[in-house]
Amino acid sequence: MEDSNKIQAAPCCGTDNSKNKGTCTCTLSNMDTVKSAFPIIGSINTPAGIVPQIATRLTFQDILDTWKARWDINRMDYRILPGLYAVGLPDSKSPVLVSANYKMSFDRLRQELGGLNLWILVLDTKGINVWCAAGKGTFGTNELVNRIALSRLAEVVAHRRLILPQLGAPGVAAHEVLRLSGFKVVYGPVRAADIVKYLNNGLKADTGMREVRFGFKDRLVLTPVELTGALKPALIVLGLLLIINIIFHGSLAVFQVLSRTLTDFLPFLGTAIVGAFLVPALLPYIPGRALAWKGWLLGLLWIGAYLWFLIPSRNWMHASAYLLILPPLASYLAMNFTGATTYTSLSGVLTEMKVAIPAQIISVGLGVLLLIAKWTVLGP
Amino acid sequence: MKQRYLKNVVTLELDPGKCIGCGMCLEVCPHQVFRLESGKAQMDNRDGCMECGACARNCPTEAVSVRAGVGCAAAIIFGKLRGTAPCCGESGAGSGTGCG
Repeated sequence: MEDSNKIQAAPCCGTDNSKNKGTCTCTLSNMDTVKSAFPIIGSINTPAGIVPQIATRLTFQDILDTWKARWDINRMDYRILPGLYAVGLPDSKSPVLVSANYKMSFDRLRQELGGLNLWILVLDTKGINVWCAAGKGTFGTNELVNRIALSRLAEVVAHRRLILPQLGAPGVAAHEVLRLSGFKVVYGPVRAADIVKYLNNGLKADTGMREVRFGFKDRLVLTPVELTGALKPALIVLGLLLIINIIFHGSLAVFQVLSRTLTDFLPFLGTAIVGAFLVPALLPYIPGRALAWKGWLLGLLWIGAYLWFLIPSRNWMHASAYLLILPPLASYLAMNFTGATTYTSLSGVLTEMKVAIPAQIISVGLGVLLLIAKWTVLGP
Repeated sequence: MKQRYLKNVVTLELDPGKCIGCGMCLEVCPHQVFRLESGKAQMDNRDGCMECGACARNCPTEAVSVRAGVGCAAAIIFGKLRGTAPCCGESGAGSGTGCG
């Protein structure tokens, strides 16, 4: 109960800017959002009002929330209230960090800040992470300048310097922010894990801090979203296979129909795992540069192995149909991973799509025709 | 292991005449595309550019230009279907991939 009283006095409630001037009372639903979002452990009195003080240790709930977002559960509704927050016991000389209101970004940042005294200005990025929000412009010059004014930051701190995550730079023009607000923007490291080192370095980022990496672990944590994305089309395929088996083998026992369906589904399941998991995991080790190509290649290897080892009576029409249909599906899934990578450009993706999409459609179309022809002649 | 994407596809351009050598593009680039050489920025690793647009946005003299956007196939397809710019699907639709 004590917590909610403090939150009620927080200077910022929700995204409606008109309500954020001066003091305001939060609605019950807003308080619920705050309470469930992260623990407020106290409050700091400032000339601009009371600022909530946040914890730097993640709770089990925070870790569970991150895990859920990785699996695409409520990932698009995973936000915290924008505004000014305190870490430790900051004063008018303490540094100001700027972050997004995607909870995972915010958690990443605050868990690095144990023992420090500073301010965090959270922008309203509609619950999107810093980099994607900067690309959309929600983590941008206008929102930053507005948020500085709404939080009355100039009254809270005596200095005029903001530390932004480097990945916010696509949306923020540092020279414009200086002109419009009087605050000088400096870009900190790419990763929150480097922020303490950066602060201790006298706000100097070394080359390693400036560079985006995309290592095995970085890629792996992104694959659950790819897998859940592939789940729906996979279930549709499973449904179709069941219908086909009921039509052609309806006279068999239920158990046999189901077992045939699952057997038929195996190559599709493997293809989904290849495109949504194996390609991201093995990305730099697969020859070639275009992601659609990498997916096609691995898909082809999988289907080749499947036909060779698991289908004893190889029928050429059946095999050709699978070779035409499945590698393009893996290619399509792998191509979609371009959105999660940290190195693919818009021009590059457009270039590969121009070739890949028609090729995928034609190949799958031919494969389906061949499969229908085979069923007509030989039955499934 | 460093990932490399397609060669000679990016739209990044640098006008040396406008460059004042402030070094802002070096600071914001996540792929170290730029280098400072005798008071001017130079493109060292143009193919490393992912067109995020940070350099162009933060260049005070507009010496750097690039068609910035999300290099995300799902976003491009979703945008095409809706007739909008590439978009990761704020409504949740088409959000299966991208913008993690």
